[in-house]
Amino acid sequence: MIHPVDMALAAVMVLVCGGLSVWLSLRLHGALAVAALRMIVQLVLVGLILRFLMGEEAGWLTLPVMLVMLAAATREVGARQSRRLRGIWHIGIAFLSIGASALPVALAGLFVVTRGLDLTDARHVVPLLGIILGSTMNTASIALNHLCGAVYRDRLVIETRLALGQTRRQALADLQRQAVHAGMIPVLNQMAGAGLITLPGIMSGQVLAGMDPLHAAGYQILLMLLLATAGVAGAVLAVRLTLGRLMDARDRLQIDRLH
Amino acid sequence: MARLEVTRVGNGIVPPISFTLQGGEILCLSGPSGSGKSQLLRMLADLIPHDGQMTLDGCSSEAMPPHDWRRHVGFLSAETAWWADTVRDHMPPDAETRFDDLGLPLRLLDSDPALASTGERQRLALLRMGPPPIMLLDEPTSALDPGATRLVEAYLHRLRDEGTGILVVSHDAAQRARLATRQMELGA
Repeated sequence: MIHPVDMALAAVMVLVCGGLSVWLSLRLHGALAVAALRMIVQLVLVGLILRFLMGEEAGWLTLPVMLVMLAAATREVGARQSRRLRGIWHIGIAFLSIGASALPVALAGLFVVTRGLDLTDARHVVPLLGIILGSTMNTASIALNHLCGAVYRDRLVIETRLALGQTRRQALADLQRQAVHAGMIPVLNQMAGAGLITLPGIMSGQVLAGMDPLHAAGYQILLMLLLATAGVAGAVLAVRLTLGRLMDARDRLQIDRLH
Repeated sequence: MARLEVTRVGNGIVPPISFTLQGGEILCLSGPSGSGKSQLLRMLADLIPHDGQMTLDGCSSEAMPPHDWRRHVGFLSAETAWWADTVRDHMPPDAETRFDDLGLPLRLLDSDPALASTGERQRLALLRMGPPPIMLLDEPTSALDPGATRLVEAYLHRLRDEGTGILVVSHDAAQRARLATRQMELGA
């Protein structure tokens, strides 16, 4: 347990950064203060909720909590897109692609870690799902942002390729590949840099909490593999479903379905 | 020779139109800007939704896979688009034998399409089509000087003589007179 005095010491360091921002006119102190306070409130709340969920009586609440997490992740995927599918399609596709990739992978992770599939086991389910959902949300969001922008920009290229008799698969192959690649960059960077450039968060936390570094590394490896799997699945699903919506049954680009 | 039959093809903007395009003829299409000439060509290539019926040698467009229809009924947009690194990557295997016909230097083959001039790209796009049995060309000489325009017209005459059916949109009455076997006007 970290002592409140230690926590205050860390807070003082952030305050010093705020002071530096005022001194150098960086205009960072406001955003830094809001982000820090928000982070503290959110994490304390999550800690309290998790502690409650881990109680004997509250295990059944884990499932609704999972759904709330999935809904929040779905909303976030659409939140920062410069272009996206019109109507409820982008929400539906985000929900389906994140849900269908993150949930099974989180369940697989749960099974590996606990040798069981107890969905009321909040101690394992919530953190596992949280980290996998967060990463998959990121991957799908970047892939979709890349895809929708590229389809709009390259609509004449797509039409030209179709006009030359290419199949839908041929005409869209480059866009699909580039979008999935773009989405996977954060996860690939994280894997490539793990241990060399940064000590990943989970591992650092566990080592700081006193776990044997090799055990901590094992957990981190497992997680990275789960994140990569969910990321690829989420990005591929999101991209393919979106492209499916953007083409009609006669392989015609329906650009008015984007906005 | 191919035969394209168009029966009441149109959409909300372009009123229904019916005509036949036979292999070995050049049908010139004219009409004021905004009358829907480019849209009509896109409908004929089944690139945008439309009403009505189209058949190629008696076979309905809906009975053919869309890519197969477009391989037979090829469309060239007024604006060209390129995606691969070199011109060669876009071209069908025998296209280079026709470079000279259109006054294009062979060195273009291994260069980036973005480095070619607008007029060169327009002629390259024409060669990229193949040619298919039916060609739908949207102002194929709009970016060309008179010399290059004549080369393209001679090329189209040769394709016509070889049995290709060609539908050309052109705003230039003199060009229509030089090219056309028949003429048609939209929005008249």
